[in-house]
Amino acid sequence: MEVKEILREYPKNGRSNLIPILQEIQERQGYLSREAVKEVGEYLSLPASKIFGVATFYNQFRFEPRGKYHIQVCRGTACHVLGSATVLEELEKTLKIKPGQTTRDGLFSLEVVACIGACGLAPVISINGEFHARVTAASIHQTIEQLKNGEVQS
Amino acid sequence: MTIEVNHQPVEARPGEYILDVLKRNGIHVPTLCHMKDRFPSGACRMCLVELEGSGRLITSCSYPVEEGMKVLTHSPKVVEARKTILELLLADHPDDCLYCVRNGNCGLQKLSLNLGVRERKIRGQKKELHLDRSSASIVRDPDKCILCGRCVRVCEEVMGVSAIDFINRGSNTVIGTAYNMGLNTSSCVNCGQCILVCPTGALSEKNQFGEIRQALDDPEKTVVVQYAPAISVSLAEEIGMEPGKDVNGILNAALRKIGFDYVFDTSMSADLTIMEESAELIKRVKKGENLPLITSCCPAWIKFAEEFYPDFLPRISTCKSPQQMMGAVIKSFWAKQTGIVPENIYSVSIMPCTAKKFEGQREEMMQGGLPDVDAVLTTRELAGFIHMYGVDMHRLEPEMTDSPLGARSTAGKIFGASGGVAEAAIRTAYYKLTGKELAQFRIPEVRGFKGRKETRININGLDLGVAGVSGLGNARELLDEIRNGRDDIHFIEIMACPGGCINGGGQHIGADNEAIRARSCALYEIDDREPIKVSHKNPDVVDLYSRFLGKPLGERSHALLHTSYQERYVLK
Ligand code: SF4
Ligand code: SF4
Ligand code: SF4
Ligand code: FES
Ligand code: FES
Repeated sequence: MEVKEILREYPKNGRSNLIPILQEIQERQGYLSREAVKEVGEYLSLPASKIFGVATFYNQFRFEPRGKYHIQVCRGTACHVLGSATVLEELEKTLKIKPGQTTRDGLFSLEVVACIGACGLAPVISINGEFHARVTAASIHQTIEQLKNGEVQS
Repeated sequence: MTIEVNHQPVEARPGEYILDVLKRNGIHVPTLCHMKDRFPSGACRMCLVELEGSGRLITSCSYPVEEGMKVLTHSPKVVEARKTILELLLADHPDDCLYCVRNGNCGLQKLSLNLGVRERKIRGQKKELHLDRSSASIVRDPDKCILCGRCVRVCEEVMGVSAIDFINRGSNTVIGTAYNMGLNTSSCVNCGQCILVCPTGALSEKNQFGEIRQALDDPEKTVVVQYAPAISVSLAEEIGMEPGKDVNGILNAALRKIGFDYVFDTSMSADLTIMEESAELIKRVKKGENLPLITSCCPAWIKFAEEFYPDFLPRISTCKSPQQMMGAVIKSFWAKQTGIVPENIYSVSIMPCTAKKFEGQREEMMQGGLPDVDAVLTTRELAGFIHMYGVDMHRLEPEMTDSPLGARSTAGKIFGASGGVAEAAIRTAYYKLTGKELAQFRIPEVRGFKGRKETRININGLDLGVAGVSGLGNARELLDEIRNGRDDIHFIEIMACPGGCINGGGQHIGADNEAIRARSCALYEIDDREPIKVSHKNPDVVDLYSRFLGKPLGERSHALLHTSYQERYVLK
């Protein structure tokens, strides 16, 4: 339904509005579902493979719903210099997902973002909007474990 | 206008691309992404030439000629650049030529030979991507993909399917389906046209060698084989003969040498299809319902309809394809005749087609828990079998097919070319409606390579519109016209592959238009030469109806030879 509402604002057929449409859908629904892509394709007369191709060309789109804990890793310059790459690597390893993906149990999702304006806390990650400052591979591992344990207990 | 190529004046037509001028003048420049008669994409840069003077390197496939231009096709600079491009392509390529389906017929092997690339200079990171074996027809090995984009273009521009596209970007780019689904759950219709244009082993058919060899070795099993009408005129190139040479007799002999116990020609069941389908046509025209009647022989078209044109399903003939009809008759009538229990019959078919593999596995194509057809081989795989079993095709004496079910009419044989089914159906429908044979069997209006052919036939005052389309993109156009109200057509033949099965996705890779024309000519020559030109005069078909089936559209036919279709929900 929501997707139809969004589409109504745009002219039918043609690729020129594809990106803004996808952005708007992601903003409202958190990711681009297959159903959404299907509707966009029908409306714009574009094959799903093409839409997926265009969307994967840009890093900003997700194709799975966000996890209960949505982790954003800052890859801005300050964070990068202070080791955000190791942090990301650690996260990918513990969660067994890549940026843009969600763990099978739906608990965690990962996203890489540009500078989130907290360079003083670098390297910084945000979990559901809450900043975690000066993270290291070890500290992030611990945080994940804590979140997981919390889930088991509750 | 005149341009200069390698210091020689050469005539060129304004607006044409440099590459076309070079080709016409016998100057060979390597290409990878270029596709004949299609808009150039300029993606691979392999076709570089040097502009004399400025020294600029330009892609000849996408650069139009200019008055007075001077190009060098093999200057040291050009050759070096081409070599580097190839070395970059090979940098992350798995070196498994020995184990690759395209060993001996690979664009990369040929280029590295021609360009003298004999060692690995650039070492890139191997990708180790996921091999997609999910489809019944097609295997995708993205590690071998060089991203030339030809498959994407065929799938979109020729087939109108767009199952695959470029996914991700930069060094992560791959060819894939929407949401990286397996090809089996995508909109792919299994036509295999992408395999025909792929320069590498990234795309191939799903191979069933193992199963078939096992059956051949199993003393319990009677292994029967049928081959499609197009096979005998398309195998030639695979076995070192002239394109278009009809090898029917020695093909029968070769199949027996390999170990098949009984050999049949699918043209016979094509005749059977015509008996059923022409009866269907007459019935529908008389009732004025579910028209136009659309053919059902091509499984790629059927899947396409189930996905994209479900509203047309009631208009599609309920006839199984000739492959499945033959399979069904073998495991019923023929089994009874020979006293072999159907469970012990292993039924193989040889098809010009990858979609037939999918069709053979459809759950609708079973009787009493047994599949009509157990395994399907493409023309290419047949050649593989011939080589594997050491059969020398040049030293075989021609043999006949087995009987019963061995006879064919030439109407069944021309099924192999686009328009052939329509022509065969008209011949028999005419006879059924008038009691007389057509004065002139040839219907040239439905022959040939045009994407769409239309004609009108008058049978005793009944004015029938007939169309033959090939290439599913062309089918789309016609079906859309009908969706929009066009109602003057009564019968449509649809073949997924451009030109029909003689250009099917299971055929020899590298056949040019000339070769495909030669195959078509061979079929129509057979039609001119042989005496039985109509399906209803095929003695084995007549016999089958009198001894077993009863009459077309009768109860037995209905159970064995007809099927139904269902809308298919895929992300498309
Ligand atoms: S087999 Fe046909 S439909 Fe499937 S991907 Fe290849 S070209 Fe497209
Ligand atoms: S799969 Fe083959 S045709 Fe398609 S892009 Fe890769 S190399 Fe080219
Ligand atoms: S046209 Fe022939 S070869 Fe091509 S998909 Fe259809 S049946 Fe197969
Ligand atoms: S660089 Fe990470 S917050 Fe600015
Ligand atoms: S063939 Fe010209 S760029 Fe690929």
